[in-house]
Amino acid sequence: MLNTDPRAGGGKILKKTGAEILIECLKLEGVDTIFGFPGGAVLSIYDTLLKYTEEIRHILVRHEQGAVHAADGYARSSGKVGVCLVTSGPGATNAVTGIATAYMDSVPLVVFTGQVPTMLIGNDAFQEADIVGITRPCTKHNYLVKDVKDLALVIKQAFHLARTGRPGPILVDLPKDVMADTSDFSYPSKIKMRSYNPTYQGHPGQIKRAVKLIAKAQKPLIYAGGGVILSNASKELTALAQKFTIPVTNTLMGLGSFPGTSPLFLGMLGMHGTFQANMAVTHCDVLIAVGARFDDRVTGKVENFSPHSQKIHIDIDPTSISKNVLVDIPIVGDAKSVLKSMLKVIEEEPAQDWPRMRAEWFKKVTEWAQTSPLNYKSGPCIKPQFVIKKINEITREINGDEFIITTEVGQNQMWTAQFFTFTKPRTLITSGGLGTMGYGFPAAIGAQVAHPGKAVIDIAGDGSFQMNIQELATAVQYKLPVKVAVLNNHCLGMVRQWQQLFCDQRYSHTIFEVMPDFVKLAEAYGAVGLRATRPEEVEPVFREALSIHRPVVMDFVVDRDECVYPMVPAGAALTEMLLV
Amino acid sequence: MRHVISVLVDNEPGVLSRISGLFSGRGFNIESLNVAETLDPSASRMTLVTRGNDQIIEQIIKQLNKLVNVIKVLDLTGSDYVEREMALIKVTAEATSRAEVLRMVDIFRGRVVDVSPKSYTLEITGDEKKIQAVINLLAPIGIMEIVRTGKVAITRVKKDGANSGEAREKDIEP
Repeated sequence: MLNTDPRAGGGKILKKTGAEILIECLKLEGVDTIFGFPGGAVLSIYDTLLKYTEEIRHILVRHEQGAVHAADGYARSSGKVGVCLVTSGPGATNAVTGIATAYMDSVPLVVFTGQVPTMLIGNDAFQEADIVGITRPCTKHNYLVKDVKDLALVIKQAFHLARTGRPGPILVDLPKDVMADTSDFSYPSKIKMRSYNPTYQGHPGQIKRAVKLIAKAQKPLIYAGGGVILSNASKELTALAQKFTIPVTNTLMGLGSFPGTSPLFLGMLGMHGTFQANMAVTHCDVLIAVGARFDDRVTGKVENFSPHSQKIHIDIDPTSISKNVLVDIPIVGDAKSVLKSMLKVIEEEPAQDWPRMRAEWFKKVTEWAQTSPLNYKSGPCIKPQFVIKKINEITREINGDEFIITTEVGQNQMWTAQFFTFTKPRTLITSGGLGTMGYGFPAAIGAQVAHPGKAVIDIAGDGSFQMNIQELATAVQYKLPVKVAVLNNHCLGMVRQWQQLFCDQRYSHTIFEVMPDFVKLAEAYGAVGLRATRPEEVEPVFREALSIHRPVVMDFVVDRDECVYPMVPAGAALTEMLLV
Repeated sequence: MRHVISVLVDNEPGVLSRISGLFSGRGFNIESLNVAETLDPSASRMTLVTRGNDQIIEQIIKQLNKLVNVIKVLDLTGSDYVEREMALIKVTAEATSRAEVLRMVDIFRGRVVDVSPKSYTLEITGDEKKIQAVINLLAPIGIMEIVRTGKVAITRVKKDGANSGEAREKDIEP
């Protein structure tokens, strides 16, 4: 049962096929780019797409997982809803990892999957999969459209659900006969769902309590996550931190939400967080969590997490509140709206000399920074951290703020989080929640599609890059000048690091005995391949890559034994850091 | 602690699976679950019985609310409500015990819904304790089979006549 009559919204009534309705709806939602891969069940949609080549750009990927990650990178970098289209059965199941990735990181996506004709559903038909059943736990919501009359309303709801509240991926399963069937078409202009009403405004009483608590805090700390970026609340967050002189730590997903160059910034916290951030979170007296969800990689041993603090938690998703860590002042609402209200309430508070009041706290925080800053030892071979520092330096010099960094998953990701300075939201795109290897490269393609003028760099590992390396063809075909910086240590670095630390150096299946020649491989795809094997080659290689307006793969042959430090072993308290 | 949770959901295919998937995926337990259409055929009412500490129950309620097809969640535990469960019990009834079984049915205000020369099938309605009491008393006579519905529950009308349950049904507006 659907809640609204699609014809109630007004507009002209015309007979159209399901496939035409789909594309018309996309146009009305402002979609101009989709990522996809064709197949039997979506044949008519692809046929219809040919009539709309002026209005809708279709990027043909080489694997459906790539399509979803690319749409995801497009969405994260632009704030728009990412859209992809794949066929039934294996097309749909290949998309699942991408969908789960987007779900864990709250990325607005609408994924259209083909389905076998309705009368064949349940018959184990060729290329049939119960994708609605499969993706139920990894989508915000999903639909199987059984009647072409419901199609427009379902699509309207799908986009509405994807982009409102806590954003997330929505899957719409489209049986082949429904796409061929015809119906009157008019797109509902408004949507009201009786069972879906996200809370945007924070409770005024809670906001007052929170401000009072912050005002009298001696050692406050802001812990900001990806929610700040999703709700475009960086400005408000920065204003709050500066107004009250509160230091800020970011989760991996939150990096870029607060200027990394600010003296108030302590770096990332958690398993590979800075000594400074982990000590600060452990010793603060008021912890202000904004758009973060107390993930286990952030808290370490929950019982010892920020034990002396009263906690304020701002999140749009009520289930995130008091899920892992009990909080004192929960505020359900949109980060931007709540922070704005807080700033307004602060105006009414009697002014105090915040910097003086926090001086003691800052002295302590600065001491921690000096005790154990992020560091690594140089050597004769290239250190991965050095590569990242160079990328940071040179990208800024040449592109200013006009760049987007994506990462793969593992050591490359953690080093990027540690050694790259992010100052603007949506400049770091990484798979945080699911930790999907193979994410960064297709995501970079999507980000480049959304931002043709920006430098898009995927900081990769040799393991992750090989998981979606086929998308090189996509980058070359659409002339997307994505740069891939492979930190090539010839092994699965992060797993190897765990084996080194926790398995007495028994390296079970983490060394790649056979590796492709990334330079030749890039060339085989029609991209450019470059290699650096000595520290002094890093800079010229990267400068050359940036100067080429084509996809470039840089093979940085780095020290195999390098580990990511600091490290809090899984299940340990944040203060139990292994340092360099 | 045990909680009886009443959930108003869209009456759509797949909704039950969303709810049961939520419980299994997050490791919450379900002791019993009951679903049927409400006065408004576009909505169904689920009564589910679950167990957990306060934090878990809070998560269960929040997670249920988060599902797009869930219209309203109400934790009945702690409020004033009536609960009932029905059991169909097939019990051996030989010459020596037939009268005893019938007496039992009478005492517990049950009904005989099927009769055979060697058995009775009984319908017993009541709260859980009553059903358990009947089962305990019939067991020595010989229970062949039991089918239980699990709990259904509804809020009581307040003394001032305000029917909180009805008010909730009114929330369902198309």
